[in-house]
Amino acid sequence: MTSTTARVPVAKTYKIYIDGKFPRTESGRYFALKDSSDSIIANVCLGSRKDFRNAVVAARKAFAGWSSASAYLRGQILYRIAEMLEGRHEQFVSELVTQGVGKRAAKKETEATIDRLIYYAGWSDKYQQIFSAVNPVSSAHFNFSVLEATGVVSIIAPDDSGLLGLVSNIAPAIVGGNTCVVLASEKLPLCAVSFAEVLHASDVPAGVVNILTGRREELTGQFASHMDVNAIIVTDNDVVKEVQISAADNIKRVIARADTKWESDGAQHPYLIQDTQEVKTTWHPIGS
Amino acid sequence: MENQNKLAFNDGWQYAPAPESTDHITIDKQYGLFIDGKFSAPDEGRYFETINPATEEPLSSVALATASDVDRAVKAARKAYKGPWSRMKAAERGKYIFRIARILQERAREFATIESLDGGKPIRESRDIDIPLAAAHFFYYAGWADKLEYAFPGRTPKSLGVAGQIIPWNFPLLMASWKIAPALACGNTVVIKPAETTPLTMMKLAEVIRDAGLPDGVVNIVTGAGETGAAIVDHPDVDKIAFTGSTEVGRIIQRAIAGTGKKYTLELGGKAANIIFADAALDQAVEGIVNGIFFNQGHVCCAGSRLFVQESVADEVVQRLKERMETLIIGDPLDKNTDIGAINSASQLETIESYLKIGKEEGAEMHQSSCSVPDRGYWCRPTIFTGVSQSNRIVQEEIFGPVLAIQTFRTLEEGITKANNTPFGLSGGVWTDKGSKIFKMTQQIRAGVIWANTFNKFDPTSPFGGYKESGVGREGGLHGLGAYLRLEA
Repeated sequence: MTSTTARVPVAKTYKIYIDGKFPRTESGRYFALKDSSDSIIANVCLGSRKDFRNAVVAARKAFAGWSSASAYLRGQILYRIAEMLEGRHEQFVSELVTQGVGKRAAKKETEATIDRLIYYAGWSDKYQQIFSAVNPVSSAHFNFSVLEATGVVSIIAPDDSGLLGLVSNIAPAIVGGNTCVVLASEKLPLCAVSFAEVLHASDVPAGVVNILTGRREELTGQFASHMDVNAIIVTDNDVVKEVQISAADNIKRVIARADTKWESDGAQHPYLIQDTQEVKTTWHPIGS
Repeated sequence: MENQNKLAFNDGWQYAPAPESTDHITIDKQYGLFIDGKFSAPDEGRYFETINPATEEPLSSVALATASDVDRAVKAARKAYKGPWSRMKAAERGKYIFRIARILQERAREFATIESLDGGKPIRESRDIDIPLAAAHFFYYAGWADKLEYAFPGRTPKSLGVAGQIIPWNFPLLMASWKIAPALACGNTVVIKPAETTPLTMMKLAEVIRDAGLPDGVVNIVTGAGETGAAIVDHPDVDKIAFTGSTEVGRIIQRAIAGTGKKYTLELGGKAANIIFADAALDQAVEGIVNGIFFNQGHVCCAGSRLFVQESVADEVVQRLKERMETLIIGDPLDKNTDIGAINSASQLETIESYLKIGKEEGAEMHQSSCSVPDRGYWCRPTIFTGVSQSNRIVQEEIFGPVLAIQTFRTLEEGITKANNTPFGLSGGVWTDKGSKIFKMTQQIRAGVIWANTFNKFDPTSPFGGYKESGVGREGGLHGLGAYLRLEA
């Protein structure tokens, strides 16, 4: 007797991304992501504060190498991410659709995300030239100011833009040599995990981007207060105050990007790179 | 190890006193608040004394501004912002700022004398550094007023409104110029508070602003202590806060303005590493160490307060440093021979002395120069600690006095690791004759200002500000403009 049953599709396990690996949350917790008809799309990791701390350790470890990698290399790696995303175009469209985004909008968002990566790839070896300076001091010194990466950046990714909003915040941070720990959209978390797989296939060194899924209410405080994080990007208006208060513990830079229309061209510019850069000024005497 | 060729300044001969005269200055018995273009009494009628820290004699009394005075000042600033200042052509705005620079240059000697009287810093420093740099700062930013669009490619810069500014006591007029000049050039109006121990040059600056003919209310000066500062920070109609001071107060400010949308720049504490390699020009390096930690009595946020000497030359450098310290003249700030003046206040002296005690208790070896100090006033001999480790409090915490903690290192990597082992990141120094090593070090030290084969140099064109817990934002140079502007697409 031959079977007439259709092939059973293989569902994907959505995991988090820390230090170039895909563990489940150490907490063993999950939340069920449901579609509009209330059926389960996936069980998503309910990341913990311990996961976050692990991710910060990974990001700090990766910082020295990534921040001193050449601008050319960082540009090529961002370009490579775009290449990988282009190849998986269909997967991201269908994942967005599964999460309730319209088909046309999903296609547009995926394409815009790829183009955004290309945009920032191109900035890698140029923003320094735009924002640095040779300063004509009055004394006999050579004096110049350059940008350097701020360090480890925590990113609370936009909740309403699961792919484009995510990448629009990661790309300007990492093209400038920062490493980051990202909290994915709670409403639309799937593309963040799949984007981690794209990163993993794009020669991005382990720890440069770490992506967690979980509850914003539970994790935002930790993202803001951690003493080994140098800057935090927030994209929700309602938590800016809470984040700024916690961020003061170590004078963290707070970058608020609420009310941004991520699909617009105005959501990409080099000042977003500058947001997570420090200005370093160096003096040396001129003499014999 | 004693240097046979050392100059025996203290044994052989003495400098004759060369005091700057004070007959060319006038200090009023009492100063009100400079609000809306004129001096007015504080609402609650309270005043506090400012003293000469070298003699403990009172110099004048100044108004204690309360929240209602700050409110008057903010209202005046808002009115001036909406009125003449934001409507004025940028080039005209710039001309007013140029005028301030010129008047400061004309009155430089008077300002230098008052700065040294009120704050205790050597007249040589106020005369050659503080006042000329303050004037230069106004001159530099004056020229930016009508050129802002060239500083931000692809953006349209807009002024913010009213800037609330709080400055420290270590470089009173200079810090005022760092704050006021860019704020005005970018089209904002100002409410500024000097530190409670050093208000006098700000009162004189009020005269300059008045004489320069600035529209009433463009710059308002309120005097007082922490509560006055808090009233500025908390005022709902202030658009931007610029603060220079301790990291502790910086944290309080960052929390206080959370969620208000106020823009802020913070210039906070430091604990700079000054790193001496064996191949450095050691005599120059010793001068750099002295300048790094004893400049302005060590009341410098970017002071080179942690010294790292490569092990092979450590004994020699420490010996030469001790010999050089013997030649430093401590005493009357108005004497042109003085190298180290008075500690700014009794409470700061107490802080420094508590750290000397902590250093000894933690097992470090303390050495002070043997110079005499005057009987009255607040003084601290130049002090170095050897035998310290990374975890010692005198290595980790900002002392803000003439106190140096000395450690050694073997390899470049060890030097960098030790230098970066601090929550601060304001400045750093490196001394070596090898160019590639300079670039390696200056790239890897996590701090906003790095001096290579020099230390404690400042210029209006040169951005200044910290990484990590040393602050947010930059002051000075093109990069200092962004702190006072909103960039529109």
